[in-house]
Amino acid sequence: MTLNLIAEAAVSLLLILGGLFAFVGSLGMLQFKDFFMRLHSPTKGTTLGIGCVLIASMIYFSVTQREPHIQELLITLFLFITAPVTGHMLAKTGLHMHLRFITGTRGSLPELMDEDVGQSRFARPARPKPPGGLKTRREQLLKSRGR
Amino acid sequence: MTYILRYLPAPMLSLILLVTWLLMVRSTAFGQVLLGVVLAIGIPLLTRQFWLPFPRVKHPIKLLRFFLCVLGDIVVANLHVSLLILSPKREPHPGFVEYPLQVKDRLAITLLANTITMTPGTVSTNIRIDQTSLLIHVLDMEDEQQLIEEIHQRYERPLKEIFEC
Repeated sequence: MTLNLIAEAAVSLLLILGGLFAFVGSLGMLQFKDFFMRLHSPTKGTTLGIGCVLIASMIYFSVTQREPHIQELLITLFLFITAPVTGHMLAKTGLHMHLRFITGTRGSLPELMDEDVGQSRFARPARPKPPGGLKTRREQLLKSRGR
Repeated sequence: MTYILRYLPAPMLSLILLVTWLLMVRSTAFGQVLLGVVLAIGIPLLTRQFWLPFPRVKHPIKLLRFFLCVLGDIVVANLHVSLLILSPKREPHPGFVEYPLQVKDRLAITLLANTITMTPGTVSTNIRIDQTSLLIHVLDMEDEQQLIEEIHQRYERPLKEIFEC
């Protein structure tokens, strides 16, 4: 009886925490200003949320069915393998398309060769001029080289 | 021995596949184990052409410790990013950092890139075609050199020791 109560409390707590983390992760999409920053919230902000929900599920089924449930670990495994790879592919695509990022972006901007980001086979469609605070990656590069 | 290796090119992978299958079907009935064994032998054989030769894990205990360390860091990373999202007053300072790679092995580089993506405020965005450096986007950067040093100490060195490359 007490075990059930403790498990119930733990499950509820974990579910609420998981929901909160997932929500905050999604909120990041709204909060952050450019593509590369937004990339941070789905790769991380939500991992812990899903982790909490999975642990809650593991506890709940282990207690109610009186046998250990560990198949949720598989979901964790797949998540940990796929989330960074997806993030990496998205980021690479972002670099490839010369997406805009906010002007405050610091750090060395290495010049990427075509073979590093992949050559574009098709002519890129013309984009509307970026608004004042934003610069394209190419413009920043050109400026830093003083051209 | 060579006969076994011919049909079991990656014993560890086969074992993991078998365990994964049994966990997925949630049963250890004879039929399921048999099916699992067929899959565990068949899948590595079918996909053998795609694999590069696996590097040997020299220190399994260090690998375990590395995983636990990364797990702890993931929790910290989540809290950190959540705090950044929830405090709109504090503007984060994003930035790109080019991280010079010291590990040479492809699997080790993949593990490092994945680790970087999963841990505090960093996402690996691009790897040079000659595998000499990794471009990292940092959500909130204070000091470039410090960050590079930290990644090196925390993640790359253990990986280097694990695979000895």
